[in-house]
Amino acid sequence: MVSLLTSRAPRPRTSVNQPTRGYRVFQGVNGVILTLVVLVTLYPFVNIIARSFSGERQIRAGEVTLWPEGFNLTTYRIVFQDSMFWRNYGNTVLYTVVSTVIAMALTTCYAYVLSKRNLKGRGVLVGVAVFTMFFTGGLIPHYVLVTSLGLKNSVWAIALPNAISVFNLLVMKAFFESLPTELEEAAEIDGLSTYGILLRVVLPLSKAVIATMVLFYSVSFWNSWFSAYLYMDRTELMPATVYLRNLISGATTGGNAGAGTEQLSQVGANIQAVAIVLTSLPILCVYPFVQRYFVSGVMLGAVKG
Amino acid sequence: MSTSTTSAPPPGTQDPPPKTRHGPERPVTARRGWRRALRRDWQLYSLAVLPLLFFLVFRYLPMIGNVIAFRRFEPGGSILGERWVGLRYVRMFLTDPTFWQVFRNTLWLGGLTLVFCFPIPIVLALLLNEVRRRSLKRFVQSVSYLPHFLSVVIVAGITMQMLATDGPVNHVLDWFGHDPVRFIQEPGWFRTIYVGSEIWQTAGWGTILYLAALTTIDEDLYEAARIDGASRWRQIWHVTLPGIRPTMITLLILNIGTFLAVGFEKVLLLYNPLTYPTADVVSTYLYRAGVESNSFSYAAAIGLFEAIIGLVLVTGANQLSRRTVGTSLW
Repeated sequence: MVSLLTSRAPRPRTSVNQPTRGYRVFQGVNGVILTLVVLVTLYPFVNIIARSFSGERQIRAGEVTLWPEGFNLTTYRIVFQDSMFWRNYGNTVLYTVVSTVIAMALTTCYAYVLSKRNLKGRGVLVGVAVFTMFFTGGLIPHYVLVTSLGLKNSVWAIALPNAISVFNLLVMKAFFESLPTELEEAAEIDGLSTYGILLRVVLPLSKAVIATMVLFYSVSFWNSWFSAYLYMDRTELMPATVYLRNLISGATTGGNAGAGTEQLSQVGANIQAVAIVLTSLPILCVYPFVQRYFVSGVMLGAVKG
Repeated sequence: MSTSTTSAPPPGTQDPPPKTRHGPERPVTARRGWRRALRRDWQLYSLAVLPLLFFLVFRYLPMIGNVIAFRRFEPGGSILGERWVGLRYVRMFLTDPTFWQVFRNTLWLGGLTLVFCFPIPIVLALLLNEVRRRSLKRFVQSVSYLPHFLSVVIVAGITMQMLATDGPVNHVLDWFGHDPVRFIQEPGWFRTIYVGSEIWQTAGWGTILYLAALTTIDEDLYEAARIDGASRWRQIWHVTLPGIRPTMITLLILNIGTFLAVGFEKVLLLYNPLTYPTADVVSTYLYRAGVESNSFSYAAAIGLFEAIIGLVLVTGANQLSRRTVGTSLW
């Protein structure tokens, strides 16, 4: 590839229609490499979806590649009947919503304060946040703290310790700083308080960044598992990610009792694939529509952060 | 940017005067300045109270909580420990052969991650940049970003499914007449598996910042290079790479800073007692020592050691890049 790139002939950008031979070869090779990247990224998903619908014998024999072999829905049926699975799924939704609401409230308030360039003490306020990006208390003091605050086995153990992500904070601060100040000044003259300005002037102008932040937070809470694993003692409090974690680590086998031996071996063959499909499904469904918000959010953070 | 840890402003009356004065109407003394700022902006400051409380309780208190590394701690007792024991726990882990083993494992995993996961997004971004058909480029980007959005549990699950004895990888080995390998149980395979899954998950998303930097390079520079007779390859070397250098350095500094914090969650999900000899890293070791075996002080001592090394690494890398290439984070 490298040697192809070194081909001597200069390629004038104006003549894209008639590139040199070396560059055409390079384009071909590039196409092959990128196709491989796409295949390597997608194949695991395709294979796991195929597995989740396949029969036990075909899976064990390693016959499943791109589509289901020996179509079988037993495992899906068993998982759908497993009340614990639904409960954990419900927990995921609950934890995500509560945590995201708290995180948005705190992040928005603080970012707005930090965006005020003339505020006295602003440098200290920014420093308080940024320093935590480079030095953290670590797992053990954190665990001791959350435990001694009595937050264990409650949604607060997940929501409160992760309420502000400094990266998101800086993205939002950068956005607020980019808003024109005239509107706020006009609102101030009209007699609006700071709270009024934030609620009625600034936030309506910030719908795009708010949407991006809600996505950032909700995806990260939806995907998180470790806080719950650490602070929840009972299975019925776990989110779906920990349900999946217990399956892949072999801590549980999933499904309720009452299934026949044949069913059990079917479940054993592909319950992990089924759980992977079911937990990633929501993300895969919304992904195509929200991807660009993520990209723009990261850009905003990278430029100013 | 100030990295002072002092708690925030409102009640403070003898805070140092701000380094920069904003506007000519500021009164001379800091004390009067604060009173005025408070009277004028108290509503703004009030919005900062809850967030500051958050930072204080959930970020700075645990930092102080690290004193249990030097104090005897009893579960259920004070979070700051019972009594001083000096460097007992530090000495304990420094003389613990397991600690040095997990430390070596951490260096290995961190080093391999840096060597592979740092440059691959750059190469991928350069390749994507050469794609002329925009729809194709966008499709490849969309697909390669996808793994980034999945939970690490799902990524670990997918990894294990791919490497299972009846999974696709062993299927391919079977074609070549190779016996199935129990990848997940073999210590010799762990590093490859970890780095591979890390690349799969992060390479695509890692290109975003580089692609953004690439679009900011001035087209005239390429024009000038072509007039000077620079080949395509030399254009990349002399125009493209210098154009994305600030991005590369920033990300390198950040990567070095998190060097020791190698994907704790992913290791925790992928390892098992059979692969401990290569897979167990500092963070997982201290997790087991602290949370599972209740040796909180011992684990906190290790954690503190890790955090300090992280801080030293990131400031060191920052200094070095400021001196040598003139780019730094702060």
